[in-house]
Amino acid sequence: MKVMSARFRALLMEINEFSGVFFSEAEELLAEMEQQLLQLNVEKPDTEELNAIFRAAHSLKGGAGTFGFTMLQQTTHLLENILDNARSGSLTLTKNLINLFLQAKDIMQEQLEAYKTSQEPDEAGYIYISEALQQIALQDKESALKDNADSGNTPVRNSAESLLTVSIKDVDAEEQVLLENELAHLGELVDISSTNSSLTARLRTNATAEDIVCVLCFILDESQITVQPEAVSDTAGGCTDIPAVPNNPAVQTSRTSPPETGNIRVAVSKVDQIINQVGELIITQAMLTELTSHSESCNSELLRQCAAQLERNIRELQESVMSVRMMPMDYVFSRFPRLVHDLGARLNKEVELILIGGTAELDKSLIERIIDPLTHLVRNSLDHGIEPVNERVAKGKPAIGKLTLSAEHHGGNIIIEVTDDGAGLNREKILQKARSQGMNVSDTLSDEEVWMLIFSAGFSTAEKVTDVSGRGVGMDVVRRNINAMGGHVDVTSKLNAGTTVRILLPLTLAILDGMLVQVADEIYVLPLGAVMESLRPTPQMIRGFVGGDRLLHVRGEYLPLIGLRERFRISGPTEDADNIVVIVQSAGYRYALCVDQLIGQQQVVVKNLEQNYRKVQGISAATILGNGSVALILDVAELFAFDKQKNNMLGCTSRVDGATA
Amino acid sequence: MTVSADQTMNKKDTNPQEYLVFRLGNEEYGTDILKVQEIRNCERITRIPSAPAFVTGVTNLRGVIVPIIDLRLRFQLPSVHADIQPVIIVLNLDERVVGVVVDGVVDVITLNTEQIKPAPDMTSVLSDRYLAGLGVTDGRMIILVNIEKLLNIDELELIHAHGEGQI
Repeated sequence: MKVMSARFRALLMEINEFSGVFFSEAEELLAEMEQQLLQLNVEKPDTEELNAIFRAAHSLKGGAGTFGFTMLQQTTHLLENILDNARSGSLTLTKNLINLFLQAKDIMQEQLEAYKTSQEPDEAGYIYISEALQQIALQDKESALKDNADSGNTPVRNSAESLLTVSIKDVDAEEQVLLENELAHLGELVDISSTNSSLTARLRTNATAEDIVCVLCFILDESQITVQPEAVSDTAGGCTDIPAVPNNPAVQTSRTSPPETGNIRVAVSKVDQIINQVGELIITQAMLTELTSHSESCNSELLRQCAAQLERNIRELQESVMSVRMMPMDYVFSRFPRLVHDLGARLNKEVELILIGGTAELDKSLIERIIDPLTHLVRNSLDHGIEPVNERVAKGKPAIGKLTLSAEHHGGNIIIEVTDDGAGLNREKILQKARSQGMNVSDTLSDEEVWMLIFSAGFSTAEKVTDVSGRGVGMDVVRRNINAMGGHVDVTSKLNAGTTVRILLPLTLAILDGMLVQVADEIYVLPLGAVMESLRPTPQMIRGFVGGDRLLHVRGEYLPLIGLRERFRISGPTEDADNIVVIVQSAGYRYALCVDQLIGQQQVVVKNLEQNYRKVQGISAATILGNGSVALILDVAELFAFDKQKNNMLGCTSRVDGATA
Repeated sequence: MTVSADQTMNKKDTNPQEYLVFRLGNEEYGTDILKVQEIRNCERITRIPSAPAFVTGVTNLRGVIVPIIDLRLRFQLPSVHADIQPVIIVLNLDERVVGVVVDGVVDVITLNTEQIKPAPDMTSVLSDRYLAGLGVTDGRMIILVNIEKLLNIDELELIHAHGEGQI
């Protein structure tokens, strides 16, 4: 009994291992299916495309059957039947039908998610979609019967049973049990023989050789499987309806599989581990460089050369490792055709979606976090930006609106733009709205400043709240998310010509180009992206301001001046105090930061401070310098906001002080 | 009798347990040795702005940023004499790595449950919930610290806020 249960457990474990492969493959299949459904020309469907959709559904069905995911299997089965009719031409595709297919895909995705967490999927969705699909199948059958009656033809059988010999090599006993069950699902097992490492089964089935291979591929490598037809037994009698098999006597398969891309699946944690180790290597290398630059020994020239060589090698290694984490923007973009398709239909707007630069790559962690903000922007463009058809025609614009999503590398950053040719932002409306929200705005604001108002909390100019957008929680969340990723967002807009929202993001969060600054004997890192310029101020440039604050007058601009020394209450040598001013800009804040010294630019590896400690106001992370000591990385926007808060808090006390003095 | 004396101890502590003994001023303190990751010399420590006074800063422990807490300041003891070379005990608490600065590490001792007396509740600096008891062996008294509670980050923040209120 105990032995049995152990064996059973081993089998279960193996199934779990397989099911992991199934889930990731199934997700790809669904994504593929959706993409192809959206590309499909409804009036003149391409047979090859239909075949591809059918194959995806079919492979999914097979896998679902293997793991006993009944609902998913049933759903795909129904879908497959209809798709089969569609590809044989007996069913005419319509836009509604494609929408139904897409719905089915969504429901299958949900089912898959549920199975993944070992739950039973939602039954309501299943019942809904299976009824809808059955309805279609029924209608189709009726019309087919009518056609047949009209023309007096006998009904055409789509498939006939045939006898296939399936040989599978390199499988152990446990796998054989699984495979036997699997084959039994596909048809009637006539006989089965097995050796230590191989399995040969004769199968009476109406599945084709390709189908069998597709199903077994979830468990095995294609090269392990050989399927050969035996005699074609026509159980129906009458006309010999030849299935797809005879043309390919032995399916050795490489044709049925998608082209080999040479990718391997690796757990993200493994990649991250390598990235961390390379980070360590960079720090060690920086230590070595520092050491060699101070070393006075006779071999120092050679040593220096070696160190320089090592630096180059490590830099290259780092770039290669970072590129492993990079994913193409297509990963994000690919979800928008569906979104635009659905939303366009719901809002009764005709929209053409143009995707540019899908090959531009971005770090995986960032690419996942950009999805939500981008989705929000696209929804906004569709809902508020692009006008309804009649309005567009009245304005003399093409009836079909244009929505462009583009991505482009720009130095160490990526620029993502969402552009629509819609109504554009309405300056008056935004100002009016801002005032009604109690914001203090003047008419003299520049257009850019007015556009930035839409990013403030609780701001929406939509006259009515739709279920698409207009709740006013969106744009400020978009900006907050993007700022949190170390990027920023801005808007350009022209009335009746359209709006462009531009997102600038760093390519990765793991490495940062930094500017090292010193105050007393403490070293801080400023993100180089936020540094505009640095200068040595003359006394005339520094002006007093209310509340003891100071302003820096530079080229006609008055910038708030913040001393890092006071802000962080740094004590220590003061002879060089506030020697240098760095003008920084981030997340809409622009100010001057006083430091003692500039040390230089350096690439730093970003280290989490919260892992062992906690969030510190004004600090985004930490890094390790060449000498092994820790330096803190400044959060430019937070530093300013916090300073403001603190001033507000201290405002009353300083006034009291003033009164007593 | 022993059971009543050990109200603060869990059942699993009835077995002899090892403690790392460290010195702060004239007193000896002990902490569960299983929480100790390593002992290091005081190295370059980077100050953290707007941190409580007893958080000395952060240091680089083989690529990991580790906060350092000065137990002298935490226990409100007078500041260290110049001739003392403090050391850092690196503790691994529940996925979080924290270093504490102490005057020196003394030794490792084994205590049975009978040797652990409940700590008297008399100190306002360190409420008794941070203390696991008093260990008595060979006439020595060792203050057993519940280091996990003491270095809990929520506690740190709480203490910080409280401290500011007083000032």
